[in-house]
Amino acid sequence: MKYETVVGIEVHVELKTQSKIFSPSPNAFGHEPNTNVNPKDLGFPGTLPLLNEEVVNYGMKAAMALNCDIASETIFDRKHYFYPDSPAAYQISQDKQPIGEHGWIDIEVDGVEKRIGIERIHLEEDAGKLTHSSDGSLVDYNRQGTPLIEIVSDPDINTPEEAYAYLEKLKSIIQYTGVSDVRMEEGSLRADANISIRPVGDKELGTKTELKNLNSFAFVRDGIAEEAKRQAKLLDKGEVIQQETRRYDDKTKKSILMRIKGHADDYRFFPDPDIPPLHINENWKERIRQEIPELPDARRARYIKEMGLPAYDAQVLTATKEMADFFEETVELGADVKQASNWLMGELLGYMNKHLKEIQELPIKPRELAKMIELIKDGTISSKIAKDVFTYLVEEGGDPEAYIKEQGLGQISDEGELTKIVGEVLDANEQSVTDFKDGKGRALGFLVGQVMKATQGQANPQMVNKILKEEIEKR
Amino acid sequence: MSLYQYSIKEIVKALHKGDLTAEETAQMSLDRIKEVDDQVKAFVTVEEERLLAEAKKLDESKAVKGKLFGVPGAMKDNVMTKGIRTTASSNMLANFDEPLYNATLLENLTAEQGLMVGKVNMDEFAMGSATETSAFHPTYNPWDLNRVPGGSSGGSAAAVAAGEVMYSVGTDTGGSIRQPASFCGVIGMKPTYGLVSRFGVVAFAPSLDQAGPITRTVEDNAYVLETLAGHDELDATSAQVEIPKYTESLKKDVKGLKIAVPKEFLGEGVSEEVRESIMNALKMYELLGATWEEVSLPHLAYADATYSIISSAEASSSLARFDGVRFGKRADETEDMIAMLKKSRGQGFGKEVKRRILLGTTMLSAGYRDTHFAKAQQVRTLIQNDFEAAFKHYDVIIGPTTATEAFKIGEQEIDALAMQMNDILAVPVNLAGLPAISVPCGYSETGLPFGLQIIGKHFDESTVYQAAYAYEQATNHHKKRPDLGGAN
Amino acid sequence: MAKITKEDVLHTANLATLAISEEEAEMYSKDLNNVIKNTEKIQNINTEGVKPTIYGGNNDNILRKDEPKRTITQEEALKNAPSKENGQFKVPSIME
Ligand SMILES: [Mg+2]
Ligand SMILES: [Zn+2]
Repeated sequence: MKYETVVGIEVHVELKTQSKIFSPSPNAFGHEPNTNVNPKDLGFPGTLPLLNEEVVNYGMKAAMALNCDIASETIFDRKHYFYPDSPAAYQISQDKQPIGEHGWIDIEVDGVEKRIGIERIHLEEDAGKLTHSSDGSLVDYNRQGTPLIEIVSDPDINTPEEAYAYLEKLKSIIQYTGVSDVRMEEGSLRADANISIRPVGDKELGTKTELKNLNSFAFVRDGIAEEAKRQAKLLDKGEVIQQETRRYDDKTKKSILMRIKGHADDYRFFPDPDIPPLHINENWKERIRQEIPELPDARRARYIKEMGLPAYDAQVLTATKEMADFFEETVELGADVKQASNWLMGELLGYMNKHLKEIQELPIKPRELAKMIELIKDGTISSKIAKDVFTYLVEEGGDPEAYIKEQGLGQISDEGELTKIVGEVLDANEQSVTDFKDGKGRALGFLVGQVMKATQGQANPQMVNKILKEEIEKR
Repeated sequence: MSLYQYSIKEIVKALHKGDLTAEETAQMSLDRIKEVDDQVKAFVTVEEERLLAEAKKLDESKAVKGKLFGVPGAMKDNVMTKGIRTTASSNMLANFDEPLYNATLLENLTAEQGLMVGKVNMDEFAMGSATETSAFHPTYNPWDLNRVPGGSSGGSAAAVAAGEVMYSVGTDTGGSIRQPASFCGVIGMKPTYGLVSRFGVVAFAPSLDQAGPITRTVEDNAYVLETLAGHDELDATSAQVEIPKYTESLKKDVKGLKIAVPKEFLGEGVSEEVRESIMNALKMYELLGATWEEVSLPHLAYADATYSIISSAEASSSLARFDGVRFGKRADETEDMIAMLKKSRGQGFGKEVKRRILLGTTMLSAGYRDTHFAKAQQVRTLIQNDFEAAFKHYDVIIGPTTATEAFKIGEQEIDALAMQMNDILAVPVNLAGLPAISVPCGYSETGLPFGLQIIGKHFDESTVYQAAYAYEQATNHHKKRPDLGGAN
Repeated sequence: MAKITKEDVLHTANLATLAISEEEAEMYSKDLNNVIKNTEKIQNINTEGVKPTIYGGNNDNILRKDEPKRTITQEEALKNAPSKENGQFKVPSIME
C-alpha cells in the first residue's frame, strides 16, 4: 500500500539569558559541576521560583518571529516526573496557557513553498545532567533551570526533506531574533519528531511514535525516513503501531525502541501556585515587537529585488543574521554588491566551515573588507595578492592598506618608476627586443616576466604591457 | 524569675533599659525548658551554647537595640534555620543538619535582634492536627499532659503556653496555628495569605500556607507580627503592602463594630460549652458597643471537601522533591536508581504523609484532575465569594476556633462530627486567604481552654487585633496559666 | 466514582514514586475511599462559569531582573548529600 507520512516536530531551544529562568544562578555552559546552582536549583525545601523577566521577553520575541499570537494571560504549570535530573520532581512548564499559539513558517523544498503551522510555543526549565558509570550515576545541576522554549509544530510535515527545511528555517529565524545560539552540537537546539503514517487518501491520523535523540538536522531527516519505512512494513504485515518512544541510531541507521508509552505517563499537570500569572498588555507586546529585526525571508527578498543578487546567493547570505549584517554593512561602505557577495560566500564561508568558526568570532570587519575590495578596484593590489590580504584580515584583523604597505604587497603603478625598470630590463635583454621586432611574439612574454621578477611581482601587469610596447617602439 | 512574669512589651522595656540582659532572658528560657520540657516535649532541637553565645553577642553589641532585642522565641521545625537542623518532624529530614539559608521571616526577626531559642515539634510536614504524626515524639498539652496540644503547630503553641518562650512561629495551612492556640489557651494569628514570606518555610500546600505568631497576649501577637510580616522579593506570592503598626491602633474601641456569625460555624459537633462561650463572647461584644447578626455562608459546608482535595493535591507535588538524592533520607541497600527513590520516600515519610501523597496524587491524575481537583478550585471561588459578600456588610466574622477542647491522646477520631466541624471552622480562612486569630474564650469543665475565632478582611489584621484585644481586655481568660510546677 | 482498589493505590504509589507494601495499599484504599466519598458532595454544586481559584493571593507579573548571582559554593551544594563523588551527587545506576 502507499502511505503518507505525517510528522510533527518539537524543538527545544535554550535561551541565552544571563541568569536561569527561576533562579539568579548564572546561565552558563561548561563550568565545574554544581557551581552554577543555588538552593532553588537543587530543589531544597522552602525555596521558591522567581521568574526572569528577560526569559518572558525572549520567549515573546521568538513567538512573534514565528508568527504566533501572544497570550494576554499566561501561567506556569508543574509537570511531574521522578528522575534524579529533576530536583523538584516536577518541571515548571506551561500547559494550557502557553505564551504563544497559532504560528507558522514558510518553507521551500525543490522550489515548492509550503506553510508549516506552529501549534504552540511555551516557556519551561531545563533539567540537570546525569552521567552514567559502572558503579552509579552522577548528577550535575548546572543545566537545571536553563530557560527553554518548546516549539511544537502542527502535523503539517509530510516528507523528511520538509522536516529538514522546517528545522533550517526555524533555526535561522530564532538565530535572527538573537534569543539563542541555536547550536545543536552544544545542545542549545534539540529536536524530537512525532511520526505516523496513513494510507494515502485517509483522513484519520495513524498511531504516532516519538523519535528522540536526534543530534543533527540530517539525522532528523534520515530518522523520519527510516521510521516511516519501519511503520509501513508493520502495517503491510497487518501489524499495529504501538505508541512508543524510539531513538535513531545514526551508525546502524535504524530507529530503536526506548520505551512503550502508557499508563505511567501521567504528568499530573496543575498550575504552579508559587508563580503568579502573567498579564501581557499591548504596550509590552509592542515594545518587544519593535526589537525584532528584519527576518531572513524579508531580507532574502530584498537582496534579490533591490540588490539584484541571484536567489542562491541571497539565500546563503541571509542564513545567519551576522552574515547578512556583515554583507549589508560592507556594501553600505561602498563595496560592489557582487564583489562583497563573492568574497563572503567564497573565501569567508570557506574559512568559517573549515575552522568551525562563526563570523562574529573572527577579527575581520566590514570596514576592512570594503577597503580591500576598494584596493582591488583601484589596482593597488591584484586579485591574487588580495587572497593573501584576506587571510590576514580573517586571521589577524587590521587595516589592509597598512598591511599591504608593511608587507610591500602593493602594485607598482607609478609610470615613471615602471618606465625606468622597463628601460633597465630592455638594456639587459637586447636579444629579446630584436626577437620581438622580428615578429617573435613570445619574446614579449619573456620581457614581462623579467619586469615582474625585477619588481617581485608587484608591477601592475596592464601597465607593464603598455610601457614595454611603447619603449620597444622607441628603440 | 520567669518569662511568665512578663509580656513582650515589658520584657523589651527591661532589656532596653538594661535591667535585664539578653543572656539572662536566654537563660530564663533554657531553665524553663529544662524544668518542663520533658513533660511537654515541645522542642525538637535546642542548641544551648549557640543560643547563649548569640545572646552574649547581643549584649556586647553597641548597636541600637532592636524591637525584639533579647526576646526568646521558637520556630516551628518547618522554618529553615541556616546551619541548624530543620526536620519538619520527619524521618525524611532527621539528618538535614545543614540548611543553607534562613527563612525570610527568621531574618526579619533576627534583624530586630530576637533570640531563636530552638525548633519546636509539629505534625510531620504539618500534616495532622494533634502533633501526633511527628516522627520523633508527640507533644503534650501543658494544661493536661494526657491531651494533645493540637496541631500541626502543637510544639509552637505548647512552648508558649508552658512559658518556655515569649513567642513562637507556627504555620497554618488548614488551621494549624489557630487550632493548637485554641487547645493551649494562647493567641494564634494566621495572617492574610502573602503577608508573611513563605521563603524558607517547607511547603505543604503553597496556595494555602501562611506563617504567623503565637503568643500569650493579643498585644504581644500584634507586636511580633509587625516584625514577622513584610514584602519579600524572594517570594513571588508575597503581598506588596505596607505593614501597619498594629500595636498603635490596638486599643481603639469596638463601638459600632459589625460582627457576622455564620450559622455554619455553630452546627452539629460544636460542644455545648464552646457554644455557650461563643454566645457569652457575643454578649460581651454587645456590652462593648459592637453589634452582631447571624448570617449564612452556604458554601462553608463544602470547605472540608474542597480543602482535602486542594491541600493534598498540592502537597503531593510539594513533597515530590524529597527523593534521597540531594539531601534527606536515603534508603540503604538500593542497587537500582528508581528503587532507591521509591524506598527512600517509602522509608522517609510516615503513614499520614503517605496517605496525603496518595490522595493528592490521585486527585491530580487522569480521571480525577478535571472532576475533582478543578471542581474544588471552582468551589474555592464560591467560598471566597461568600466571605466577600459578608464583608460588604460586616467588619469581622466570628465563630469558635475549635468545636471542642483538646481531645485525649489517640482519641481524635472518636467524635467524627466534631472532627468534621473542626475542619469547617478552620479551613475556609485558608481557602479564602483571610486573616484570622484565635483568642481564649472559655474553659471546659475539665479546665481546658478553647478559643474564639475572629476573621477579618484581606490585609485588615488591624481590625482583627482590635476586636481580639477589646475582648481579651474585657475578660480574664488569658490570665490563667497551666500548672506544670516550677515558677509559674 | 468507581471505588479505589488496592491495585489502584499501588499504581498511584508508583506514580508518586513511593514504596508501599501490599498491606499498606489495602489500608490506604479504604482510607482513600472514605475521604473521596466525603469529597463527592461538591459534585452537587453548580459551578458552571465559575473561575477556578489557583493562587492564594492576587499578585501578577512578579518578575526578576536578569542579573546572574552565585550564592553558594559547590561544597555547600553537596553538603547535605547522602552520596557524592567528584563534585556531583551520586545515585545508583538504573538496573532494570
Ligand atoms: Mg513536549
Ligand atoms: Zn519540553
